[in-house]
Parts: sequence; C-alpha cells; structure tokens
Amino acid sequence: MFAQCADPKALDGLAWMLCYLTSGTHRLFYLSFGTVLLLLAVTAPIALGMGFAGAMAARSRLAPLRWLGKTYAAIVRGVPDIIFFLFVPIALDQGFEWLRSRVYCDPSVPVRQGNEFVVCAAAKLPQSTSPEWVHDLYGIALAVVAFSFVFGAFAANVLYGAMQAVPRAQLETAEAYGMTPRQIDRRILIPQMWTYALPGLSNLWMILIKATPLLFLLGVEDIVYWARELGGSKTSTYAYPHGDWRVWYFLALLVFYLLMTWVSQRLIDRLSGALSRGQATMAGESMRKAGAAA
Amino acid sequence: MSCAQTIADYGLRAIGIGERTLPRSDFDLCQQFALIGSGMIWNIYFGVLALAVGFVLATALALAKASGNPWLRRPAEAFIFVFRGSPLFIQFFLAYSALVLLPKAGLTILGVTIPTGWLTRAWAGALIVLILNTAAYSAEIFHGGLRNVPKGDLEAAEAYGLTGWRRFRRIVWPTMLRLSWPAYTNEAIFLFHATTLVFFSGFPAIRQMGDSLYYASYFADKTFNPFVAYPIVAGYFILLTLGLIALFGVINRRLNRHLPGAAHRLKYRPKLIR
Repeated sequence: MFAQCADPKALDGLAWMLCYLTSGTHRLFYLSFGTVLLLLAVTAPIALGMGFAGAMAARSRLAPLRWLGKTYAAIVRGVPDIIFFLFVPIALDQGFEWLRSRVYCDPSVPVRQGNEFVVCAAAKLPQSTSPEWVHDLYGIALAVVAFSFVFGAFAANVLYGAMQAVPRAQLETAEAYGMTPRQIDRRILIPQMWTYALPGLSNLWMILIKATPLLFLLGVEDIVYWARELGGSKTSTYAYPHGDWRVWYFLALLVFYLLMTWVSQRLIDRLSGALSRGQATMAGESMRKAGAAA
Repeated sequence: MSCAQTIADYGLRAIGIGERTLPRSDFDLCQQFALIGSGMIWNIYFGVLALAVGFVLATALALAKASGNPWLRRPAEAFIFVFRGSPLFIQFFLAYSALVLLPKAGLTILGVTIPTGWLTRAWAGALIVLILNTAAYSAEIFHGGLRNVPKGDLEAAEAYGLTGWRRFRRIVWPTMLRLSWPAYTNEAIFLFHATTLVFFSGFPAIRQMGDSLYYASYFADKTFNPFVAYPIVAGYFILLTLGLIALFGVINRRLNRHLPGAAHRLKYRPKLIR
C-alpha cells in the first residue's frame, strides 16, 4: 500500500506495525467485517418477512396452513440453532444439485452411490468453470438462507405472540363494522402489533448479531476465519513474521461485537422511547409524568 | 455386526471407552444412534456443571449488581455487559487462544508450580467459559427477579425480626428464584444448546472424543448425507429439552407451593428473553 512497505524486513517499531496492519491480507480481513454487516442487512428483512408469513400462517383458518405455520415456529424450540446452520446449507445445496441433475443429466443415474453424492458436471452448483467470486457469493447466499430460516422461525414466534396480544375487542369491533378478515388484518391487527412485537424483535436483533460469527462454520471467509489465519504464528518465510497473536485478533472481534450490541441497545432504547411517547401504556404514562415534573 | 454389539462398542466412545477407531465405511443407523448418543454425554456434562456452578456465581453477581456499593456494582455490571454483549463463539476462541499462551511447563506462583496444560482441554477450558457465560445471563435474570421482590414481603420480614443473612435466605432468595424461574428455565435450555459449539470453536476433540454434534457432522461429512445424522442429534436434543422442562417444572411447582394456582405450567419461549 505504502511505498516504504516494500521491504518489511527493514522496518521496525511503529512503521512495521503500520505496514503490517495495511497488508493485502489485512485488507481482506477488514472487508470481511463488511461481509458480516452485509449478512445482517440482508438477513434481517428476509427473516422478518419469513417470520411474518409464518405467524400469519399460524393464525390461518385453513388447518393445513395453520399446522405448517405452527410447525415452522416450533422447530427451533428444543433444537440448537447450530444444527440448522450446519444442516440447511448442505441440504439446500444437495437439493438444488439433485433438481438440476434430473434436468441436465441422465435421470437413470442415481445421485446417491453408496457414500457418495454424485451429479454430472452440468448440474454442479456453482459451475466449476465459474469464477472464484461466484463460489464465494454462492456460499454467502446459502448462509443467508440458513440464517433467514432459523431467525424467521424465531420471528414467527415473536410476531405470533404480538398478534395474539392485540386486544380482542379491537378486532371484534372491526368485525362489527363489517370489515372482512383481510381488512381487519391490514387495518387493525398489523398496525397495532408492532408495539407488542418490539421488545421481542429487538432481542432477536441482538441474538442475530451474536450469531454472525457462526458464518465461520459454513465455510465463509468471515472475520473469525481471518482472525485465525492472520493471528496464527508466522515463521520468517512470511513477509511479517510474528508469534501466536490470535488472542489479540479475537480480542479485537470481542470489542467489535461489544460495540455492535452497545450501539444497537442505545438505538433500541431510543426507538422504544419514541414509540411509547403519547401511548396509553405504563411506559407512555411514566414519560408524561416525568415531563410534567420537570 | 448386531446393534447390541455396536452399542457396546460405541455407546461410551465419547469418553474414550470402547472401540478405538470411528466407523469408516458401511455406516448404519445403529452406529449413528450409538455414537451421537455417546456424544450427548459431553453435552450433559458441560450443561449440568456449568448450570450448577453458574447458578452460585449468578446469585452473587445479581446481588452485587443490585448493591448500592459502586465497588461491587460496577465490576458486576461490566462482567455482565462483556459476557452478554459478545458472542459465545468468540468467547470460546478468545479463551482458547489465551489459554494456549500459558507456559507449557506450568505457572510458578510462590514456588509452587501449577500445571496449565489441562486448561486448554475442552473439559476444563470450555467449561470455564460456559460457567462465566451462563453466570452473566442468569445474573441478569436474577437481578430482574430481585428488583421485583414485593416490598410488603420485606416489610413483613422486618416485622418478624428477620434481618441480614436470615432475611436473604428465607425471604429474598426464594422469592427471587420464584419470580425468575420461567426465564431461568429458558436460559438453562439455551445453555444446553450452546454446548454444541464447544468442539467447533478451537477446543480440539482429543482422540476424536467429541460431543453429539461433532459426531453428527462427522457422519454427515463421511456419508455426504445430512438427512440422517442431523435429525438424530436434533431428536436427542428435543428429548433433552423435554426432560429439562419437566425437571424445571417440578422445581417451579415447589417454589410456588405456598401460592395455590400461581404455578402456571412452564412455557418454553426459545431464547427470546436472552
């Protein structure tokens, strides 16, 4: 990056550290923080959408749809989420390749041959000829699906509870006014449920932040991967030899996550304050009293 | 090979008893059930010990956080913030990379040499992290319970002449536990789920002695088939969760025995109150 970094062996002290921290691999490490933020930004809305669909399905009048929604919301109970993170990407990958193999390959050849999962080259995902970034992106996309699936189920739990918490009288009044079920959902239920859902959803956001290092388990080159790579001791054959520095890298990750959760908590507190203002709830009432006293 | 023979060979494999090598070919269902089941020994070991020690630590932390003395309150708040605000996965990695830096020969304090090698093993190192982690989460739950102990209970205790330790032991502590028990049940279940992270987070599985998810991913890797091993480990965990809910439900009824009708059935709301 800098001209003086051309010969790291000649450097020492602060100059060495500066060159070390701006080396090519370190820039990849900094970029991987972007991967984490990207995952959060993409997963949160998808998970919210899936949770919403799950909660609506769980309230449906159609029994099969209701069972589907309730099962979806229930699967994450009792089973560690890590199992889903390991299971969903590989299951999806095999599912896609199986579907493609039925179209692009000879359908008479089974994909499971003993302990092997074999599809012909045309059905491989991503194609072996595709560039490196397609492989990376495919891995991240599978991770997004796995995270969205698990956190969608959590969000379905939260939103289902929030929908149940909307006072029944509100819905009954709407019915008495002759609104159709769809109108009731859109005009009464959904606008009112957010106040009840906010504590659960904000908690879910914190859990989602703290689940992002599990990307490492899915083989994505994320911050944990780079912390292990860069922190491991480097012999003098490397440009920047050093001892076992993993503890410092993981300390940096710990601080990063503490900052993330701390900032999130501040924003959530502000948001819930804004939502409570003027509401006929305990929080809103105590805000009014505090304002009057001041 | 019969299934009974397989169970004899692999049923205790996770703690090093039985067959030395893991199955390499001709995987059958019985092997997967036996080996993944033996891995559950580790999950239960980590969960039970971390809960037991973490419970004591959490009570102390909750009291420290509720204390008026800033020299007690500030450290407790900082401890809870660090362990609740960062991912357990990172905590494992950090602890492992710090523990391997300890001198191999052992620490010499006041002329006594304390060996340190055992700290980098999962059974000790990961257990310490789990204890500290669950202590932080439970302390936050207990602190919430402590704040909600009814004022009237404390006044009644004073009227009966109960003070200090006796008031804490007989009034404050049982009420705190009673109020925070549903949330604590949730935390206990989550702790057991979190034990599956241990062998994916730096701590090596020595001689392939790992937990249930370690063996499940072993089978999934070898057979390229995630549809058998992962549902098996999921099934084991559902059984474990049901067992925990039953056990904590019994304690919940005992804590609420003087309040007829107050002991609602424990409902498990996964992780949403963490």
